[in-house]
Amino acid sequence: MTYLKKSPWVIHYDASSCNGCDIEVLAALTPVYDVERFGIINTGNPKHADIFLVTGSVNEQNKEVVKNIYEQIPEPKVVVAIGICAASGGIFRECYNVLGGVDKVIPVDVFVPGCAARPESIIDGVVTALGILESKRLAMKENGNKTMEKPGSAV
Amino acid sequence: MNAEPVISLVNAVLFVLIAPLVGGLIAGIDRKVTARMQGRVGPPVLQPFYDVGKLFEKENMVVTVTQHFYVLSYLVFMVVAGALFFSGGDMLLVIFAFTLSHIFLVLGAYASYSPYSHIGAERELIQIIAYEPMIIFTAVGMYMVTQSFNVSAIVNSGIPIILYLPGVFIGYLIVLTIKLRKSPFDLSTSHHAHQEIVKGVTTDFSGSNLGKIEIAHWYEYVFLLGVVYLFFGFNPVLAVAAIIIAYFLEILIDNTISRVKWQLTLRSAWLIAGTLGIVNLGVLYYLKGVIMP
Repeated sequence: MTYLKKSPWVIHYDASSCNGCDIEVLAALTPVYDVERFGIINTGNPKHADIFLVTGSVNEQNKEVVKNIYEQIPEPKVVVAIGICAASGGIFRECYNVLGGVDKVIPVDVFVPGCAARPESIIDGVVTALGILESKRLAMKENGNKTMEKPGSAV
Repeated sequence: MNAEPVISLVNAVLFVLIAPLVGGLIAGIDRKVTARMQGRVGPPVLQPFYDVGKLFEKENMVVTVTQHFYVLSYLVFMVVAGALFFSGGDMLLVIFAFTLSHIFLVLGAYASYSPYSHIGAERELIQIIAYEPMIIFTAVGMYMVTQSFNVSAIVNSGIPIILYLPGVFIGYLIVLTIKLRKSPFDLSTSHHAHQEIVKGVTTDFSGSNLGKIEIAHWYEYVFLLGVVYLFFGFNPVLAVAAIIIAYFLEILIDNTISRVKWQLTLRSAWLIAGTLGIVNLGVLYYLKGVIMP
């Protein structure tokens, strides 16, 4: 049985977004879109989360934070990078302190384009992530439920 | 051969098997009704089962090994408390097992190193201190009316207990808000505020351990609503109606009242136990002396 796709809990982290994408992420939780219809809950605790939503580019200040949150999410997990800044650094990519997209620090599974990304495309990105989440669960099961090797765990 | 122990055993086994299904369904309906009150569509009614199913599919991240023991003890003692209750056992023993199970949850939260977890544990302890007197008064009140602490004797007495204990019943409903983790008293962990410090107690639990806590909570639902049944034990139809109305009121309060501080939780819970509970029991004691000496 697969319950994972029916109950994806997300954790949202603002790396260094201008808050445009963050507002759109939160818009998805409002009664207009109500993602709890699909069992999606916005948790504040990485240990309860399945999907990691990152908005904004990663900079020198918060790369450790992003890594830390990623490592605290139990397997199987997926990362969704929301907005153009999370994909490549966007207009901030030339800044002296900006590393670039989220994939510079942690492995990203889904990129959601847009500046700011629309709530519809964010929901679409999360639904795409659910498919990847399911395939990761099956891979984990084949490995005999063993914990996967965590990239970058030696911080 | 006496048939009573057999019936008790069957009831206990039925509780162990059916209570999680009923509790999960109640939790699902709760979420649906809550969503409708907030103008949302809400998740499917079976969502709590999906959630727990998922939690058992996830990796179980363990912060300290003793967590397993504490979480399992929380679940086991919650099941024991409920099974004792539904097999018609001693009310005081039921309350003892019920409290013990929550102590294990507190210990489990204290076992980790997270400050959020510790805050949750402290708040859970405060909640136990807050609701415990009223729960004891409920048992004592039922003893005063039916002359027995045994649940089977209370439910078979045929006495309309609610007429003797209206104050205790209202007091019990108010501490039920604490027990069901509903606003304004959802201090240690909440069903709604997922990003806030009130996730406390469950902060360092993940995967199957969190799933076990959820299942224990379903058992708790059924047990607590079973106590509501006792007040109306003389008429099962009325009792079920009372349970539904009581639970709906809890959801309504949950969605209309904001969370209070722990000081006010403790003060209001004790004030209610001290006034509604003690006054009710005092009046009952006095009337017993006057009417039926």
